[in-house]
Amino acid sequence: MTATVVLIGLAAGTYGLKAAAPLLLSGRTLPPAVARLAALLPAALLAALALVSTVTRDGVAVIDARLVGLAAAAIALVARAPFIVVVIVAAAATALARALA
Amino acid sequence: MAVAPFGVAFGIAAADAGLATWQASAFSLFVFAGSAQFAAVQVLGGGGSALAAIAAGLLLNLRSLAFGVSMSTALVGPWWKRAAWSQLMIDESTAIGSAQTEHQWRRYGYLCAGLSIFATWNLTTFVGAAALSSGGDVVTTWGIDATIPAAFLALLWPRLADAGQRRTALVGGMAALALVPVTPPGVPILASTIGVLAGGRRREPARA
Repeated sequence: MTATVVLIGLAAGTYGLKAAAPLLLSGRTLPPAVARLAALLPAALLAALALVSTVTRDGVAVIDARLVGLAAAAIALVARAPFIVVVIVAAAATALARALA
Repeated sequence: MAVAPFGVAFGIAAADAGLATWQASAFSLFVFAGSAQFAAVQVLGGGGSALAAIAAGLLLNLRSLAFGVSMSTALVGPWWKRAAWSQLMIDESTAIGSAQTEHQWRRYGYLCAGLSIFATWNLTTFVGAAALSSGGDVVTTWGIDATIPAAFLALLWPRLADAGQRRTALVGGMAALALVPVTPPGVPILASTIGVLAGGRRREPARA
């Protein structure tokens, strides 16, 4: 139920952001402060999502082998690995850490 | 960003968060914004409120407004065409469209990229969600739960080349971590937006 509410709310809101300029504001420009905010927000949110999803499970703080996976992903990214390699390395490192623990 | 593996990763994340396969597919059809879908599903799966999940997704997607502004001069036509084309407004379609010089080719590039990614994204979301929904202990045994933070890190990575983005990510990430033990789920993610205060102003090009 909650998932469906999020689906409808996010779909409507996202479409509004996508379509605002093509439908209503053609030829206008964004105020520089809004443009700057839009450019910076993903960095803050994605960093938070990466870290919080590593150290929580079902909303509760849990430190486990996923930390090893995140570290392995970072190493893969430094090595310029493509996305698919990054996630597979993270999963493999986590699985290995659990098998050894 | 390779679309197919990212689509599979989203499907897996959605199933891991407790969404039905049809719900995962509906996100990809109707929201069609990779990182925002990922964020919303993650907040939801962590026990965050619907409002927190929607807000996290929309804050990530504020950039769609900027994409729309940069594409709007090329997306000309009757309102219903502009309305349909707008659904394809994502990073890749805007990047490819904007790389062309003439309006007609900007629109063509935008539509080709948008449609091919829309098809791939939806197909692979379904594959990921359906594959995981049939599983049981595979999530922890195979470390599939670690693919979610890894996917967020991979999305973040290219942004870290810029110093302002790095400061934003550092402050936002640390603020969120600090709040995990003391706030309801979802709140730390939204609170990370404080990080933009550390981003500073984009340096103006020097004037002669």
